[in-house]
Amino acid sequence: MNVDWPWPWLPRNVDKIVEATGEHLYLALLPVLAGLVISVPLGWAASRWPAVRLVLVPLAGVLYTIPSLALITLVPLLLGTKIIDPLNVQVPLAIYTIALLVRSVTDALLAVPGEVTAAATAIGFRPAKRFLAVELPLAVPVIVAGLRVAAVSAMSLTAVGALIGIGGLGGLITEGFRRNNAVEMVVAIALILVIALIIDALLLLAGKVITPWTRVRQGAAK
Amino acid sequence: MNSTLNWLFDPAHWSGPTGIPARILEHLGYTALTVLIAAAIAVPLGAIIGHTGRGTFLVAGLSNGLRALPELGLLTLLVLLTYVGLLPVVVALVILALPPILAGTYAGIRNVDASVVDAARGMGMRGSTVLWKVELPNALPLILGGIRSATLQVIATATIAAYVALGGLGRFVIDGNNAGAGSPNGYPQMAAGAIVIAVLALVVEGVLEIVQRVAVSPGLRNVATRKRTARIWRKPTPDLVGRST
Repeated sequence: MNVDWPWPWLPRNVDKIVEATGEHLYLALLPVLAGLVISVPLGWAASRWPAVRLVLVPLAGVLYTIPSLALITLVPLLLGTKIIDPLNVQVPLAIYTIALLVRSVTDALLAVPGEVTAAATAIGFRPAKRFLAVELPLAVPVIVAGLRVAAVSAMSLTAVGALIGIGGLGGLITEGFRRNNAVEMVVAIALILVIALIIDALLLLAGKVITPWTRVRQGAAK
Repeated sequence: MNSTLNWLFDPAHWSGPTGIPARILEHLGYTALTVLIAAAIAVPLGAIIGHTGRGTFLVAGLSNGLRALPELGLLTLLVLLTYVGLLPVVVALVILALPPILAGTYAGIRNVDASVVDAARGMGMRGSTVLWKVELPNALPLILGGIRSATLQVIATATIAAYVALGGLGRFVIDGNNAGAGSPNGYPQMAAGAIVIAVLALVVEGVLEIVQRVAVSPGLRNVATRKRTARIWRKPTPDLVGRST
C-alpha cells in the first residue's frame, strides 16, 4: 500500500488536534472520576458485608470481561441514547472503572489492621468519621494503584468509540486510516500515549502527596 | 430491543460464510492464532527472565508502556503501513497479548517458594531440571492466568479487525454502523453482533477458568482452596489488569 506522510497536515490542523484532544479528555476522564466516586461507597459496603462482596465482586469480573466495542454498542439499547451520544463511551468507561476499583477499594479496606480501627474507636472516632479519617486514607495507596490502571486504560479505550463515530483522538485515527494519512494517525496515537503517561505520573505523584506517612515509613525503614 | 432480537434469531443470519457461526469461528481463529504465537514467545522469555533474574526491566517496562498504547491506532496503522491482510492484524494482536503472558510467567516463576527451589537443588537437580520439574509446574496457575487475560484482551481487540476489512464478529457492528443506524440492517445488526461478542467473551472466560482449575497440579490446588476459604472472593490471578479495548 502506498502510504502518504503529508507532514504539512500537522501545522495546518493544530486547532482540530487541540479540539480532538479536549474531547478525548472529556470522554475519558469524566467517567474515571465518576467511577472513583461511585466505587468508594460500593467498596465500603463490600468490605463491611460479605453478602454484598459475594455479589459485587463476581459482577465486577463479568462486566470487566465484556469487550468495550460490545458494551459501547449496547448502551443505546439499554439506556435509549442516540448512537452518537458521548454517554455511549462514557458509561462503559465508568463501568470498567467501577469494576476495577470496587475490588481495589474492598481489598484495601479489608487490609486495614483490626487494631488500627480499634484504636481509632477507642480514642473516640464515630464510625463515619473513622472511615473518612482513618480507614479511607490508609486505603489510598491501593486505590491510587487501581485508579492509575483505570485512567491509563480509559485513554486508549476512548479511541474505540471512534468505530461508531465518537472518539476524540480516536476519530483522527479512523479518519487518517480512511484518508491514507499516516501523519494524522501517528499524531493521534502519540498524543494518546503521551497524555496517558502524563496522567499516570500525575496520579502517582498525587497519591504520594496525600499520603505523607508512607514516605516517612519508607525513610525510617532504611 | 425487539428488532435486535429479531435480527439475532433470524435463521438467515445463522448460516453461510457471513452468518454468525462462521464469524464466531473466524473470531476464535484469529484469537487462537494470536495467543499461540504470543505464548510461544512470552512463556519461554518470561521463564528465562524469572529463572535467571536478568532482564526484569523488560517485564515491567513492556506492561506499563503497552497499556497506554491505543490498540485501535496500532492495528490500523500497521495495516496502513503494510497491507490489508491477516498478518499485520495478527502482529498487532500479538503485541497486545505479549505483556500479560510475559508478566504472568515471570511472576509465576519468581513466586515459587525459595525453599522449594533450594530443596530441588539439594536433591541434585540442575538449573534446567529445576525450571522444568519444579518452577514451571508451580508457576502454572499464574502462567495460565496470564494466558487467560491475554486471550480476553485479544477477543475484545479482534473486533477491530473488521474495521480494516477482515472478518470476525466486529463485522456486524461495523457493517451495521456503515448501513446507518436507522436501517433494518443498521442498529439491530450492531446490537445483535455486540451481544454475540459479549456472550463469546464470557463463555471463553468461563472455559479458561475451568481449564485453569483442571490443569493445575492437585498439590497447588489444595493450597489455593485453603487460601480461598480464608478470603473467598480472591482470585489467584493478578488483580490489576488494564484493558485497551
